[in-house]
Amino acid sequence: MEDEVLKSGVASGRVQKMTALIVDDNRVNQTIHHRLLQNLGIENQVVGNGKEAIDVHCSGKNFDLILMDLDMPVMNGIEATRKLRAMGIQSTIAGVSSRSLTDNIQEFIEAGLDDFQEKPLTIAKLVSILRKVQNHNN
Amino acid sequence: MEVGQMQRQWVDYTKSLFLEGFLDGQFLQLQQLQDESNPDFVVEVVYLFFEDSEKLLNDLTRALHSMLFWLATFECFMKVCCFWGFRFLCIFFPPSYRDQPSVDFKKVDAHVHQFKGSSSSIGASRVRNACIAFRNFCEEQNIEGCLGCLQQVKQEYYLVKNKLETLFRLEQQIVAAGGSIPMTELSF
Repeated sequence: MEDEVLKSGVASGRVQKMTALIVDDNRVNQTIHHRLLQNLGIENQVVGNGKEAIDVHCSGKNFDLILMDLDMPVMNGIEATRKLRAMGIQSTIAGVSSRSLTDNIQEFIEAGLDDFQEKPLTIAKLVSILRKVQNHNN
Repeated sequence: MEVGQMQRQWVDYTKSLFLEGFLDGQFLQLQQLQDESNPDFVVEVVYLFFEDSEKLLNDLTRALHSMLFWLATFECFMKVCCFWGFRFLCIFFPPSYRDQPSVDFKKVDAHVHQFKGSSSSIGASRVRNACIAFRNFCEEQNIEGCLGCLQQVKQEYYLVKNKLETLFRLEQQIVAAGGSIPMTELSF
């Protein structure tokens, strides 16, 4: 039900249109996360690793939300999050990984995450993340 | 077969996939993301999963292949020696061949982690569980455990692939007969 409230809020303009960046090397996850965000009226872009996330920000783009995977080739989520924070990026960064909180993801959180959700991402988990984005923006 | 019968068959078959543990609630999440604007979303994601899985299984087989080949030939040689009672011949086996080839467990674990992630994202719970067991053996650097798990993961993957292909065929038949997929009748 919460996702319906959010959707209607975005559609009516009461909720500012959000933008998001999906950072994940797995094609299945990219497709699902893209659809999850699209379904909630959130414009989003997909990149395949941490370095591409940095490059997209260096090109001048900015996002309200970054869904950051942990284990990726070229540059992983920890390094990408650290670099983005060092660049002054203040977007809400939500770590999304199939590793659980018990799998020692402390380093990931300390790199600068605002939230962490264990995969698979569901509508309910995404709505929870989006609430943090709204609070952050307010 | 009339549409109503096909729809009932679809409902029963889908429920059986959940009851037998092939699929979990994450598959229902995917179905919720499908609508008139994205009518083939579930099929598209699942076929993406099939493509990625075939590649991952090939990568895993290659990563463990050198060990598989070594085990197959060395064990074969041992059997021959034992049969002829010439066990002492084993000492003439080239030392380099006696030594097990090293397995890059980190690489194997990375592939299994990917497989666990994508199977979990589409709700293929038996494949996911097989991957979890596989990762435990990677962590222990237990080669026999890994080889056993590779077979288990392959088995579970081909089982769920077969089941999902059957499910999609049923859906195609319903739509071709002018009916709609009775999603709302899936109550658990």
